[in-house]
Amino acid sequence: MRDKISSSPVLSVVSKILFAPIIIFGLYVQFHGDYGPGGGFQAGVIVAAAFILYSMIFGLSKGETLVPIMINRYLMCLGVLLYAGVGIVSIFLDGMYLDYNVLSSDPSTGQHIGIILVELGVGITVATVMIALYHSFASFGEINE
Amino acid sequence: MNFLLINFFLISLLLVTTFFIFKTTSLISVVALTGAFTLLCSAIYVNLDAVDVAFTEAAVGSGISTILMVMAAAKLPEGKKNKLINLFPSIILAVAISLILIIIIANLPLLGDPNAPIHLHVVPEYLKESKDFFHIPNVVTNILASYRGFDTLGETIVIFTAGLGVIALLTSNTLNRKTNFKKNKKNER
Repeated sequence: MRDKISSSPVLSVVSKILFAPIIIFGLYVQFHGDYGPGGGFQAGVIVAAAFILYSMIFGLSKGETLVPIMINRYLMCLGVLLYAGVGIVSIFLDGMYLDYNVLSSDPSTGQHIGIILVELGVGITVATVMIALYHSFASFGEINE
Repeated sequence: MNFLLINFFLISLLLVTTFFIFKTTSLISVVALTGAFTLLCSAIYVNLDAVDVAFTEAAVGSGISTILMVMAAAKLPEGKKNKLINLFPSIILAVAISLILIIIIANLPLLGDPNAPIHLHVVPEYLKESKDFFHIPNVVTNILASYRGFDTLGETIVIFTAGLGVIALLTSNTLNRKTNFKKNKKNER
């Protein structure tokens, strides 16, 4: 079934055109979440959708070359650590855990920095977990085929 | 008036979709119809002015989870047709649960009631002070990342743990895939 899909020129051309705009839209949702609807969770899912589209059209092995499994797993941990790390940094700056006020001399700037970093951590974790889920599902039971 | 008409239209579409989810026997069509169901839900959220929830529902509910369900359905063996089972116990259960839900709905505050408990607790405070303090117009982001930062950290860890679980369950044979493949080839020879 996969060979049939990848041999269709329409699908591969359309997905090549769509790949970059989807990621740019994901980044827009990620960093514009303070002003409009959106945030880390939605942005992570949108970015993951671009990579999942790529591995659906061009096959799982090409998708795994684009996002190597081990790098994906390190990024998964990096997102959670970034979130938790912002909390630890605010402890070292004489604040409470996840108290963003102390991240900058001006409390509201500190809140802005904290929220952007935290949302980035959420986005990285969600995107990589979704890619990992897809790759695990897609590669499951391939030996039997 | 328009609001009510749109809501009525969307909810009747939701009922139709539910009916077809119940009727179909093919797995792939159930997955597709569930995707349509969540898309309708997100349209309802937009109509209720809950844009953030609608966005999440559209991206997660009808996007990623449909793809994952399609993948899972493709891996399943061909399903057998359900034999006629005795529907009587399930009908009694469904009627009982719907009765309980209807009684609960009768006691809920009306849609958009400003005196509902949810609008009187901490929400006025958040709406009033968050914009002046954070200079971030989206109150949802303020609540999610700052007021409720611990909850969001917990949610992120839940997603991370879910990913770890799936990797541990399903990928154990992908890492060994190549070696197993070689072994099988040797055995064939």
